[in-house]
Amino acid sequence: MTAAEPARDSAPAPSAVADFRAQARWQWYEPLFWLGAIAWYFLLPTYLPLGTQILATALFALSLDLILGYGGIVSLGHTTFFGVGAYTAGLLARYGWQEPISCLVAAGLLAAFAGWICSFVIVRVQGIALLLVTLGINLVLYEAANKAYKITGGADGLQGIEFSPLLGMFHFDMLGRTAYLYTLIVVFLVFLVARRIVYSPFGLALRGMRENWKRMPALGAGLRRHGALIFVLSAAIAGIAGALLAESVQFVALDSLAVQRSVDVLTMLIVGGTGVLYGSFVGAVVYMVARDQLADLNPAYWYFWIGLMLVLVVLFTRNGVVGALADSAAWVQRKRGRGPAP
Amino acid sequence: MTGVALATRGLYKSFGALRVTQDVNFTLPAGARHALIGPNGAGKTTFINLLTGALPPDAGTIELDGVDITGLPPDRRVKRGLARTYQINTLFPDLTPLEAVTLVMCERHGVSRQWLRPLARSRAIIEEAYALLVQLGIGDFAHRQTRHLAYGHQRVLEIALALATRPHVLLLDEPAAGVPAQESGMLYEVISGLPKDIAVLFIEHDMDLVFRFASRITVLVSGKTLREGPPAAIAEDAEVRAVYLGTPVHD
Amino acid sequence: MPPIVIGIVQVLFDGVAFGMLLFVMSVGLSITLGMMRFANLAHGSFAMLGGYTTTTLMRHAGWSFLATLPVSFVLIAAVSVVLERVLYRRMYQAKELDQVLLTVGIIYMSIAGAAYVWGPEPQAISLPDYLTVYRTVGWFSFSTYGALLLAVGTVLTLAIFFGLERTRFGAMIRAAVDDRRVALGVGIDVNRVFTITFAVGSGLAGLGGALGINALGLDPSFPIEYLVFFLIVVSIGGTAGSVKGALAAALLLGLSDTAGKYYIPQTGAFIIYVVMLLVMLWRPNGLFGRA
Ligand SMILES: Nc1ncnc2c1ncn2[C@@H]1O[C@H](COP(=O)(O)OP(=O)(O)OP(=O)(O)O)[C@@H](O)[C@H]1O
Ligand SMILES: [Mg+2]
Repeated sequence: MTAAEPARDSAPAPSAVADFRAQARWQWYEPLFWLGAIAWYFLLPTYLPLGTQILATALFALSLDLILGYGGIVSLGHTTFFGVGAYTAGLLARYGWQEPISCLVAAGLLAAFAGWICSFVIVRVQGIALLLVTLGINLVLYEAANKAYKITGGADGLQGIEFSPLLGMFHFDMLGRTAYLYTLIVVFLVFLVARRIVYSPFGLALRGMRENWKRMPALGAGLRRHGALIFVLSAAIAGIAGALLAESVQFVALDSLAVQRSVDVLTMLIVGGTGVLYGSFVGAVVYMVARDQLADLNPAYWYFWIGLMLVLVVLFTRNGVVGALADSAAWVQRKRGRGPAP
Repeated sequence: MTGVALATRGLYKSFGALRVTQDVNFTLPAGARHALIGPNGAGKTTFINLLTGALPPDAGTIELDGVDITGLPPDRRVKRGLARTYQINTLFPDLTPLEAVTLVMCERHGVSRQWLRPLARSRAIIEEAYALLVQLGIGDFAHRQTRHLAYGHQRVLEIALALATRPHVLLLDEPAAGVPAQESGMLYEVISGLPKDIAVLFIEHDMDLVFRFASRITVLVSGKTLREGPPAAIAEDAEVRAVYLGTPVHD
Repeated sequence: MPPIVIGIVQVLFDGVAFGMLLFVMSVGLSITLGMMRFANLAHGSFAMLGGYTTTTLMRHAGWSFLATLPVSFVLIAAVSVVLERVLYRRMYQAKELDQVLLTVGIIYMSIAGAAYVWGPEPQAISLPDYLTVYRTVGWFSFSTYGALLLAVGTVLTLAIFFGLERTRFGAMIRAAVDDRRVALGVGIDVNRVFTITFAVGSGLAGLGGALGINALGLDPSFPIEYLVFFLIVVSIGGTAGSVKGALAAALLLGLSDTAGKYYIPQTGAFIIYVVMLLVMLWRPNGLFGRA
C-alpha cells in the first residue's frame, strides 16, 4: 500500500477500458426481445392496438427509468411531460398541422422545454418535498388543461384529430398496422438513444447521483446542471411517447395528465425493474396485458391487485421482475457450480 | 506553489444553542502536513464541513489561494482544488472503484455531461483512473462492487475519490477510523507518499500517528482553537495535556 | 352589516373549521414523519376507514352520529398498530422510494377494498336534527355542524398541544422527533413512543374522517383526493415534525381553499396547488422547517 511504489502493473490498463466496453455490449436477449416485438405484428394481428399502447407506455416508463432508476430522483408527476407531448401533437393536428413525424419532433422539443423549466424547481428539493413538488406540477397542469376546455376539450379530451399518412404513403389504418410499426420503429430508435445515454459518461454520473447524492458535489459535480440535463432528456422521451399514443389512437384524453397515470407508470417500472433498461418494457407488458385480460373486472378491483403487487414487489423482490429473473439465473448458475466469482 | 493554501478568519457556526465553531482563525500553508485534533464533539468535522461548503458559516470568511470562497457552492470549491474525505464511508456502493474514480475524473475533465458518447471511448480518463487505484494499492479490486470491498480498501477508496479531483488542498476526516492499528500505519504511508505540493489537513485521534506524520498540529476544544504549533510544543503543552491528552479519549 | 363583511366572516368561520379538521387529521403524519422519517402516504386510508366505520354503525346498528366517533378513533388506532407492526416497522430504514411504493400499494388496496365493501358511490349520512339547523347570532348565521367541527377541532388542537408541551409522554415525543439517537441515548424507548404516537395519530385521522363526512365527502377515492392536502400540511408546515408549523399550514390551507371556493369557484383547486408550489420554491423545507 505504498504510494512511492511505482505503478507495478501497467499492463492491465487496457482491461480497465474493457470493463466499460463489456457493459455496453449487446446481450443475447436483446435481439430476441425486439424480434418478439416484430413477431407480435404477425402473430397477434387483432392485438395490434394493445401492442401499440404497450410500446408507447413502455417508452414512457423508460423515460421515468432514466431519472428514477439511473438518476435516483423520485417523481410522482412524470406524466406532466407525457401529457405535454400528447397535447402538443393533438393540438397541432387539430389546428391544421397533421404531418405525424414533425408533430413527434415538436412534442419532444416542447416536453423537453417543460422538463428544463421544471428542473429548476425539482433539483432544489429532496424527500417529501420532492414528492410534493413533482405531484404539484402535475396537478397544476391537469387543472389547467381541465379548465382550458375551449382549447383542450377539457374532460372530454381532444377529439376528432387526424394525422396525414406517414411519409405521405401509409395511412393510419383501422386495424392499427401502420400505427404499430410506426410506433415500434420510433420506440426502437429512441431506445437506442436511451441506451447510449446509459453507457455514456453522463450515464455514469447519473448512477453516481443515485448511489450517493450527497457525495457528488464534494467530488466536483454540479448537481443542478446534471439534474437539468436529465430532466430535459427524460421529458423529451416522455413527450415523444405521449405524441406516439396521440397519433396512434387519434385522441388525447385528459387522463394523459392525471396523477393516476404518473403512479401507474411508476408501478409498471417498479414491477418490471428499475435501472436495467428492459424493466420498463417488461413492466409495461405485464401490467397492460394483465389489465387487458382482466378488463371485465371492475377497475376499482383491478387496483387491489396492483396494490398487492406493489407491496409484494417492495417486500420480496430486489428489483421487480427483471431483478427476480437475474437472481434466479444467478442461482441456477451457482447450482451448476460454474457461477461467476463473487 | 508557496504561501498560504487555505485560511479562515473569524469563523463561527452554531446548531441552535450549541456553538460548534467559535472564532476559528486557521492557516494551512501550501504543501503542509497538518493535524487537527480534539476530543469527540469538539467540532472538527463541522470545521471541515464549513471549509468544503457542506455547511454555511454563521460568520467569517474562508480563503483558498487568497481568493474568498465563502459563498461558493461545494462543487465549485472542488474545481478550485479543495477535496475532502469522510469520517464515515460515503461511497457509491453499487459502483466499482474503477467506475467511481472514472466518474470523478470525468467531472474534472468536464466530460461528465456528454450523454451520447460511449464512456468506453474516454480511454485516457479510464486509464488514469485505473492507474490511480493501482498507485494506491487497490488496483486488484478495481472491478469489484464497492459494497463487496474489505473495509480497509473502502477507506483507501475514500482517499482515491478525493485524489481523483486533483486537489492541492486535501482534508482527511479520520482517514483511519475503524481500521485496525497495523493497517492504519500503512494507510498513513499512502498519505505521506502524496505529492508534496498537496497540502493535507487530517483529523486523527491516534496520537502516535499524529506525531509521526504531522508537521504542525491544531488543537480544537469546544469549537475554539486551544493551541497551534509544532508537535514537540503541543506534546509539552500543559493545558493540552490537561484537556485532551491527560484525559482518556472518550470514544 | 354589508354583505362583504358577512362574506368574510363566513369564510373565516368555515375556513378555520376546515383548517382545524385538516390539522387534527394530519398532525399524526407530521409527528411520525419527523420521528421515523417514514412517509406514510396511506394516512388518508385511515381517515377514510374512520368515515366508513361511522356510516356503517349508523346505518346497520342504528347508532347516533356522536356515539360512533370514539369508536372510529379506537378502531382505526387499533388497525394502524397492526399495520405498523406487520408492515411499516420493517420499512423505516428502507429507501424513500420503497416507502412510497409500499404505502401507495396500501392506498390502492384500501380504495379497492372500500369499493368492494361499501360500493363506489359517495356516502352521505343523515346527521341528527340538531346538527342540520342554522343558528343566527346577530347578523351572522352558521350551521350547527360547522360549529361542531370548529368546537371539536379547537378542543382537540388544544389537547394535542397540551399533551405535547405539558406531559411527560409529550416531552418524550419531542425528544424523539428532535433527535432519535439522542433520545435513545437517554433511555427513551423510541419504538414504543413511536407506536403509541402512530396509533393516536391514525386514530385522530379516523376521527377526523368520521367527523368530516358531510364536509369532506366520503367515497373510495378519499385517500388519493386528500393525500395532497395532508402532504401540503406536513411539507409546508415543515417536514421535521413541527406541530405549530402543521397547525399554521392547515389553517392557511383551510382558509385559502374556502376563500377560493367562495370568491373564485371557477378556478377550483388550482390556486392551492400554485400557492403550494410557490411556497415550496421559496422554502423547500417548509415555512417552519429547519434547514
Ligand atoms: N447537523 C448538525 N445538527 C446539529 N448538531 C450537530 C450537527 N452536526 C454536528 N452537530 C453537533 O456538533 C458537535 C460537533 O460535532 P462534530 O461532528 O463536528 O464533532 P467532531 O469533533 O468531528 O467529533 P468526533 O471526534 O466524534 O468526530 C457535536 O455535539 C454534534 O452533535
Ligand atoms: Mg468528526
